[in-house]
Amino acid sequence: MDAEAAKLIGAGLATIPLAGVGAGLGIIFGNYFQGAFRNPSAVSSMTGTFYIAFALTEATGLFGLLIAFIILGS
Amino acid sequence: MAEMKMVQLVIDALASFLRHFLAMPLQAAGPLDQFEIRPLIPLPANAGVIDLSITNSTLWMGIAVGTAVLFLMGATRKLSLVPGGMQAAAEMAYEFIAKMVRDAMGDEGRPFFPYVFTLFIFVFLCNFLGLLPTIPGTPASLAVFTPTSHIIVTFVLAMISIGLVLVIGFMKNGLGFFKLFAPAGVPLWLMPLIVPIEIVSFLSRPISLSVRLFANMLAGHIVLKVFAGFVPILLGAGGAIAFLAPLPILGVVGVFLLEMLVAFLQAFVFSILTCIYLHDALHPAH
Repeated sequence: MDAEAAKLIGAGLATIPLAGVGAGLGIIFGNYFQGAFRNPSAVSSMTGTFYIAFALTEATGLFGLLIAFIILGS
Repeated sequence: MAEMKMVQLVIDALASFLRHFLAMPLQAAGPLDQFEIRPLIPLPANAGVIDLSITNSTLWMGIAVGTAVLFLMGATRKLSLVPGGMQAAAEMAYEFIAKMVRDAMGDEGRPFFPYVFTLFIFVFLCNFLGLLPTIPGTPASLAVFTPTSHIIVTFVLAMISIGLVLVIGFMKNGLGFFKLFAPAGVPLWLMPLIVPIEIVSFLSRPISLSVRLFANMLAGHIVLKVFAGFVPILLGAGGAIAFLAPLPILGVVGVFLLEMLVAFLQAFVFSILTCIYLHDALHPAH
């Protein structure tokens, strides 16, 4: 196998973290909505934490994307 | 053998396509072209060791600082008990950060409020002003630029935060700051496992803090550019496919809205993590 092909496969493999991020975001959104529907009066106190969790989880997928770029660019 | 040749051909074609798409000019410019640092006022005297040229990154950081200064000065020029539009906006920003600092650190956090507020406003304006659309025909060196899409900018910001954590931690607790690595309530036999984990987690903080912000900005702008790049491709395809060209524009609008949220969220996350780390510095023994 050529180095170029290996690089492309590696870059593709580096996007696997998206699977974890997808599951994680699903759990966060699901639990947020569950909490919000069960106790609508507590929504305002949950939203801030929810957004922090969303941003932290989303960033994990971007770490994978970054690795893909490093591999493609090297 | 023939199959191997085919596979190789396909892979080569894909590779050249990706190369072309990511690095070479596509119509106007590739998706990575917008992150190019372009000197505006070159200072050749310093070139070589340290390049101190005024670049488009400097310009946009200056615009962010200028916007913040103008906004806050304008908001506090004529203070009234019942705030007008600008004063209300500035008070909202102030109270938002003040509440965040109070929630994370309590009353001890008051001395750090100015730092966290500055950090938040700077990162937010760098992220947000970078989303402004460039007026067509502007020279590339003056095009809209996001300083936080470069890791060195975010890494320096993260190192300032972590440096502050170290200074405050050692000033307040002396050598007791090392208790940060040995959380209270952990059984002794677990210590050999917990201590290295805590040390690695502490050392990776500046990296994760900076890479999170930088990767979000980079990925968001690349996605915008790639979606926008679909329009000329579809138009160029001609025939019935050309009628699909407006569809990616809807995608761009959606991604743009998400990016506005992300620009705010990442600034918020950056400053709240700084608060949490500062709280660790004040109370290392958890």
